[in-house]
This record gives sequence, C-alpha cells and structure tokens, in this order.
Amino acid sequence: MSNLTTDADTAHFDLPSDRGEGHGRSPLRWLLLAAGLAVAVALPWFVYPPIAMDILCWALFAIALDILLGYCGLLSFGHAAFWGGSAYATGLVAVHYGVPFPLAVLAGMLFAMTIAVPIGYLSVRATGIYFAMVTLAFAQMIYFIANQWRDVTGGENGLQAVPKTFFGIEAVETEAFYFYYAALPMILLGMWAAWRIVHSPFGRVLVAIRDNSPRARALGYDVERYKVIAFVLSAGLAGLAGGLFAISHGFVSLQEVNWTTSGKVVLMTVLGGIGTLWGGAVGAGFIVQLEDYMASSGFEGIGIVTGSVFVIVVLLFRRGIWGTVAHLVSSRSTRSAGRRG
Amino acid sequence: MNEVLQYTIQGLAAGSFYALSALGLAIIFGVLGVVNFAHGACYMLGAVVAAVLLDTVGLGFWPALLVVPLIMFAFGVLIERTLVRWLLALDPLYNFLLTFGLTLLLVDLVKRRYGVSGLPYERPDVLRGQIELGALRLPTYQVFVFVFSLLVCVLVWMLMTRTRIGMIVRASTERSDLAQALGINVGRWVTPVFGFGIALAGLAGVLAAPFRAITADMGSNFIIILFAVVVIGGLGSILGAVVAGFLVGLVEAFGQAYAPTFAQILIFVLMAVVVLVRPAGLFGREETAR
Repeated sequence: MSNLTTDADTAHFDLPSDRGEGHGRSPLRWLLLAAGLAVAVALPWFVYPPIAMDILCWALFAIALDILLGYCGLLSFGHAAFWGGSAYATGLVAVHYGVPFPLAVLAGMLFAMTIAVPIGYLSVRATGIYFAMVTLAFAQMIYFIANQWRDVTGGENGLQAVPKTFFGIEAVETEAFYFYYAALPMILLGMWAAWRIVHSPFGRVLVAIRDNSPRARALGYDVERYKVIAFVLSAGLAGLAGGLFAISHGFVSLQEVNWTTSGKVVLMTVLGGIGTLWGGAVGAGFIVQLEDYMASSGFEGIGIVTGSVFVIVVLLFRRGIWGTVAHLVSSRSTRSAGRRG
Repeated sequence: MNEVLQYTIQGLAAGSFYALSALGLAIIFGVLGVVNFAHGACYMLGAVVAAVLLDTVGLGFWPALLVVPLIMFAFGVLIERTLVRWLLALDPLYNFLLTFGLTLLLVDLVKRRYGVSGLPYERPDVLRGQIELGALRLPTYQVFVFVFSLLVCVLVWMLMTRTRIGMIVRASTERSDLAQALGINVGRWVTPVFGFGIALAGLAGVLAAPFRAITADMGSNFIIILFAVVVIGGLGSILGAVVAGFLVGLVEAFGQAYAPTFAQILIFVLMAVVVLVRPAGLFGREETAR
C-alpha cells in the first residue's frame, strides 16, 4: 500500500511518535508553554473578545480531533456530532435549569461522550477512508435528529437565549471580555487533558496501533477497545469546546451539527499540522480570524477561500504550520548534533 | 397496492441518481483508491451545466444527456491531471481532504454565480404526465429515469465484463497489484477512469435536473447519502454500488411515505446495521475494508 513510501517529503499520517519528548529540549518546551499561556491570557486585548472566545473553543476542538487523527491515524469527519451535540445539551441544561455555565458545559460534555460510545463502537470497525465516511454519515444522522426534533432543539430556528449564568457575577454574564476569563480555565484544562492523554502510556499504545496495528494486536492490546476509548475522550473534549461555544454565543444553531463544521475542524487540524496537537490551536486561530475578516469585509462565499486553503495545504503544505516549524527546528538540531558526533 | 407501486417507482427513480453516482464513485475508488468527496458537487455541476446550457444556447434535455457527461468527463480529466494525480502515492485520506476542499470551492463558486435560489428546468413534453397501464398510473418521468439509469448501469456492466478495457479496469479495481504484476499498465487508465466516474455523476445530475431543485447545495446532502450507499454496498464493489443505490432510494421513498420523521435517519440505521454485521459492505470483500 501507499504507506510504503518513506520519503520524508511525502510524509503521510504516520508521523514521528516521540515529538516533543526525549529531545532534551525542555527549556524550549517551558518557553513555548509560557508563550502559549501568555497568548491565551492576552488574546482578548488584541482580538474582539467574542472572536477570541471562538478561537479558544475551535482551538480545543481541533486539538481534540488531533488526538484521533494525529495519534490514532483515524480521520473523523463527524466530530460536529459531538461539538454540536454538546452545544445543544449544554444549551438545554442552561436554559431549563439555569445552572452556572460550567455545570451546563459539563453536562454537554457527558452527553457528547455518551453518544460517542455507540458511534465510536460502530465506526472503529472501519479503518482508513471507511472510518471517515462512516463517522460522517453518523454525524449526519445526529444532524437530522436535531433538525426533526423541533420541540426540543428549535429545529431551523435554533436554540435561543442560552444564558451565561455564573454565580450572579454580572460582569461575566454580560460582558464577553470577562466571560473569556471565566471560560479560559476550562479550555486550558481540556488542553492539558489532551496533552496528558497523548503523552500517557495509553497514548503510546495509540501510536503503536496507528503505526502497526497487527503488531499491537499481537502484543495483546485490544485494538478496537483502545480506539473506542480514544474516540470517546476526543468526543468529550470536542463536547467541552462545543458547550462553551454555545454558552459564549447564547445560541445554538443547526450549523453546529452540520458536516461543514466537521470539515472546518479538520481543516484547522491539517492546517496547523497533523499529529502536532498544538498545531490545531494555530490553525484554529488562523481560520477563525480569516472568516471573521471575510465576513466583516462583506465577502460572500467563504468556501471559495477555505476550500482553496484546503487544496493548497493538502497539495503543498502537508506538514501544516506547526509541523513545518517543528521540522525546521528539529532538522537544525539534528544537523548540529551530527556535527558534534 | 397501487400506492406501494407508486412508492416503489418513486424510490427506484431516486435510487437511480444514487446508483449512477455510486457506480462512478466505486470505479474511481477501485482504480485510483480515491474516495471522491467532490462527487456530490459533480452531480450538482451536472444539473447546473444542463440548466445553464438550456438557458444560454437552448440545448434541450435529450442532447444534454450526452453533452453534459462529456463536459464533466473533461472536467474530471482536468481535476485528475492538475490535482488528484499528485497525491495518489500518499495516504488516500489526503485525496479525500483535497476533494473536500474542492467541494467547498465549487459549491460557493456556483452560489456566487447563480445565487441560492433554484435554477429552472422544464421537463420535456414527452416525459410529462403519467403512463396508464390498466388501472395503474405511473409518473412518466420517474419511470423514464429508472429505465434509463438501469440501461446505463447495464451498459457499463457490459463494458466492464465484455470488453478488454472493462476487463483491465475490473482487474485494476479488484486486484490492482496483481493486475500490475501481470503486466497491465494500470496507470494508463487512471485519468480516463476518473473522468468516466465524474461523467456518471454528471449524468445523474442531468437526470435530476427536471426533477429536483437545482441549487448549489443539491449535492451537499447527496454526497453523504452516497457515502452511506457505498458503505452499504461495499466500497470496492461495482455491483454493490448499484444495488445499494436503488435499495437506499427505496428505503428513502418508503420511509418518507410511512414514517416521514425518520425517513433520512432510516438510511443511516441501515448503514449502522451493515457496518455491524458486515463491515466490508453487502457485496464487498473483507480485505477491501482496510
């Protein structure tokens, strides 16, 4: 099969498994972490706060997708089901029970993980391109359910007037700027969880399955079970992001469960760099800003631009932004290491 | 009884669009290993091109059945030569992503040029009204679509089984590596096969033009149903694509008649059952579901 090509430039989804570990560059890593945190904290000063919040949500969503795509080699084209499913569940809990928003988001996240169990169980029976198609189809099923179940979801009108209840602290409940800081810890927690997942022994098994699943199976790992667990965890993080997105907008539309949303997050992950985890955040920042810019300049047909970006990235730029930078850095360090040796 | 027959023909007509397009999808997948996400967009383009040709140069429905697939063939060749070709050696997911990007691009280009409201397309006079067979009354157009599509499927089947070209394509579809080992130049057939698959989607679009609303989004839902069709039929299987196409059309029609709320969900339930029981699809071989 095509996986036999090993030329670095035609690199596919099989990426180096120990990225960021064992490179002995830990000062650099702390620096990156500090820089990342600084950007996250400073973002609403430079970007219109609701847009900053969008970037945060999409960043976590893209990172959640990369757990599957980059570390399991599974392209889920149906993650809108979990983002949007959680958005609806979060919105409904917030509307009907008026609980503080973190609790509502938690409920949404649990809902996303619950629907991910059967979908994941069925989907992991398919691999490669089949997996993408099956997840896409299941997500569309969720879309149809959301569309049909008008009494609950509001159908095409969407779910409106989702409150940002937060212990009666008015600044958070009314101003996007303060809401951002109330939501930030949850997003950071989600990102930390994603990092923990891929760098845990569990994550190493995922990489082993991705690289050689017959061997992993022969070593006694229950391949399907690992994939389902990864799928559910990824869905949970996508749900966390989607729930916060719903609260932030105060509104849930059918758009959130549509396949274009699944496609958008895949674009962000690929643009940032598959298998780089943090690349997804970079991709999300880029795409959200681009769409905001186009919307405010009155350009209709965002798909023309995002579609072109997709085609160009896939044709010429497969490492993505983060991947390219990491490659440049590591090839320089190996070169100097080679000179030393 | 009459009612059942009516839904049956309705389902078979709707299934014709799926069957023709899925056939194209299956052939492309077989020879190139590419799942063409843009197949729905090509179906849409087929209908849009037919409508535009009718509007600008007065090209009628009958010549459009030939001309539009030819145009789409050329379009497919162009896409394969300029874009798809460069990613064939890589993981097939890359071409899936590429054609997804292409879909976004094509849909929004059409939307910008022709707006979101549907383009008009008149049904030719001969195909209006109903056919009366004793007590039975069947809508002429639906009967025509089904018979015509079935004919095309049979023709493609004959092309595949009775000619040398077909044998080569079939061999490349089912055992690409083995065909290559036997000295068949599989690479030579890549471009025409891609064009042919796109032409089939375009043909389905022309047939749908007098029947469905012609909008930029008409392919968006279509492609996902089409994926369900090929998962049900088995991705590598040509026969599976056709049978599953008609089957899904029937499920859709009967679903809409007896349980309208669940009509579209039903297709995915069917898919889920197939994935559970036979992951390779009804007509697929286990090994093709890698």
